[in-house]
Amino acid sequence: MTAPPNAAAPGSNTDLVELYRGMRRVRTFEERVGELFVRGQSAGSMLHLSIGEESAAVGFVSLMRDGDTFTTHHRGHGIFLARGADPKRMMAEIGGKEAGYCRGKGGSMHIADMGLGHLGANAIVGGGIPAVVGAGLASRHDGRGAISVAFFGDGAMQQGILYESMNMAALWDLPVIFVCINNQYGMGTRIEQATRGRALHERALAFGLNAETVDGLDVRDVREAASRLIDAARDGRPGFLAIECYRFFGHARMDKSPYRSEQDEQEGRARDPVLFARQALLDSGQADEATLDAMDAGIAAEMDATIDFAAAAAEPPLGTMFRDVYAPGEPEPEAVATRIDRILARG
Amino acid sequence: MPKKSYRQAINEAIRQEMARDERVIIMGEDISGGMGAPGEQDAWGGPMGVTKGIMPDFSRDRVLDTPITESAFIGCAAGAAATGLRPVAELMFVDFMGVCFDQIFNQAAKFKYMFGGKAVTPLTIRTMYGAGFRAASQHSQCLYPLFTHIPGLKVALPSNPYEAKGLLTQAIRDDDPVIVFEHKAMYDDEGEVPDEAYTIPFGEANVTREGDDVTIVAFGRMVNFANEAADNLEKAGISCTVVDPRTTSPLDRDTILETTEETGRLVVVDEAHPRCNMASDIVGLVSQEMFGALKAAPQMVTAPHCPVPFSPALEDIYVPGVARIEAAVRQAMGKGH
Repeated sequence: MTAPPNAAAPGSNTDLVELYRGMRRVRTFEERVGELFVRGQSAGSMLHLSIGEESAAVGFVSLMRDGDTFTTHHRGHGIFLARGADPKRMMAEIGGKEAGYCRGKGGSMHIADMGLGHLGANAIVGGGIPAVVGAGLASRHDGRGAISVAFFGDGAMQQGILYESMNMAALWDLPVIFVCINNQYGMGTRIEQATRGRALHERALAFGLNAETVDGLDVRDVREAASRLIDAARDGRPGFLAIECYRFFGHARMDKSPYRSEQDEQEGRARDPVLFARQALLDSGQADEATLDAMDAGIAAEMDATIDFAAAAAEPPLGTMFRDVYAPGEPEPEAVATRIDRILARG
Repeated sequence: MPKKSYRQAINEAIRQEMARDERVIIMGEDISGGMGAPGEQDAWGGPMGVTKGIMPDFSRDRVLDTPITESAFIGCAAGAAATGLRPVAELMFVDFMGVCFDQIFNQAAKFKYMFGGKAVTPLTIRTMYGAGFRAASQHSQCLYPLFTHIPGLKVALPSNPYEAKGLLTQAIRDDDPVIVFEHKAMYDDEGEVPDEAYTIPFGEANVTREGDDVTIVAFGRMVNFANEAADNLEKAGISCTVVDPRTTSPLDRDTILETTEETGRLVVVDEAHPRCNMASDIVGLVSQEMFGALKAAPQMVTAPHCPVPFSPALEDIYVPGVARIEAAVRQAMGKGH
């Protein structure tokens, strides 16, 4: 597994190879997840792919440090993978298996891992946003110097909770950043049909945050914008970043996007952050086709292995259904085995 | 033992836990009051003065006045709990939970389960409930059944000052999200409360009266009405057991079942609306588990299925009272009573 590209300075050409690698890993992982779903081998009924949004995940996350925390929306696989998640355990979670990050009880929409600072993927639009305000408060209380980042889509720009949270982060000078990955669509509705206010970052300016909008085509641009905002946030000046990109596929995996035209999709997919980075590497002579092909092939093999891992992984034992509702040490009102027997008896 | 008010008991529990553990912080609307204004800095101490005096004895960093922004500060408290603090958030009136319901039942309640047991969310939410305050439909509801319904939440209903201090202390030390329901008509009630810190375990009912004829299970403020009714009925020759479950989640099923088996008659007193409330829940439990032991149909004494009315004339008959409890007990006892 490749480590997240944490070390290189923003904008330097030397790390474009690593940024490309990170984006290719996200793309390939998402492709494998999508293929599983189409073949009916995925456990879940809901699957939201981040293909086309790789620069947002990789560009921003590449500057986060150990101890930083974050929440994501339902389209958050790429963010977690970029932050250092094990794709095998991610795939196992998506398959509802015991070896998954949440022991199979979260699934695609609730992957989390406190150890990697992931406070949870959220299936309620905007629902995961205020938790980072609390994490920022805890960070300041403990003097950790850690930031907390909320990642969400353009759909959440129309949720009141975002504005309440930005207001509190600004009011209390918290080390928090709000990142809107604007893929132009909230389910089947284009953003122009969701709001008249298109300059998304101006809303954050109104609350007193540092705020920018960046084109997500070039991952280096995302990284530079992130760098500015992260530096300020570590000093207690919260920020907001809107990253403009395009959702290459439907809202969920079975959505064939009949609401948008072929032309719309062709234009959107032409602005491909993965291919753009690849071309930039070739044009600058930092890498040749053969090197990148070999890298891609290695990533493909890594991601193929996640499917084998998830397929071979065990189902969660039935008794785990009642586990972790409450903290350890809670008296069981009824023995777990008795409850399972009752449920099975009822068919 | 010293006598203290319900309000003082709660204030003392918070202070003692803040002194004991520096990770305990409190937040809410005007929980201190006057922050940034030119006058008194601890002017409110919460809308009922429950937290007054805490800010000057600790610090602004640990006593956070929030804007009127329930979703954000409850969500913030949940996030802070998941990352190491032990926040006690005051959500003024339980009626306001409507504007931040998502953060309570989809977020805080489910972090632990959804994330495979990795999250610990030691969040306490204090809130006021109950009618009788001439505050009309949006400031008088009970709503604890709604939260009892959600796995992952714990719900406590202290019925007097002693219970308030012990249950709130337990809530703050507990590693799960707990909602403590304080009845707004009880803040001036006095009772014996030890000076030292103590906890009352969740899920262990308190039997306040022991009798042979009827078991009365009551919640929160209704426990006091049930005790009064039991005392009155004792003079009339009807002997009642009164059970205060203390928490609706977890619920002490055993004590309810055992005491009802002893008497064979059950009356449940619940200030909430009658559909899907604690009364219907407990009658269902008893009917399923020990139908054969019942000598009479269980009785439910509840508020009616209508919003809380403003007019004092209407509100007075809306709230279940001692006379209705006595009537229900007599009904359970049958002819001749």
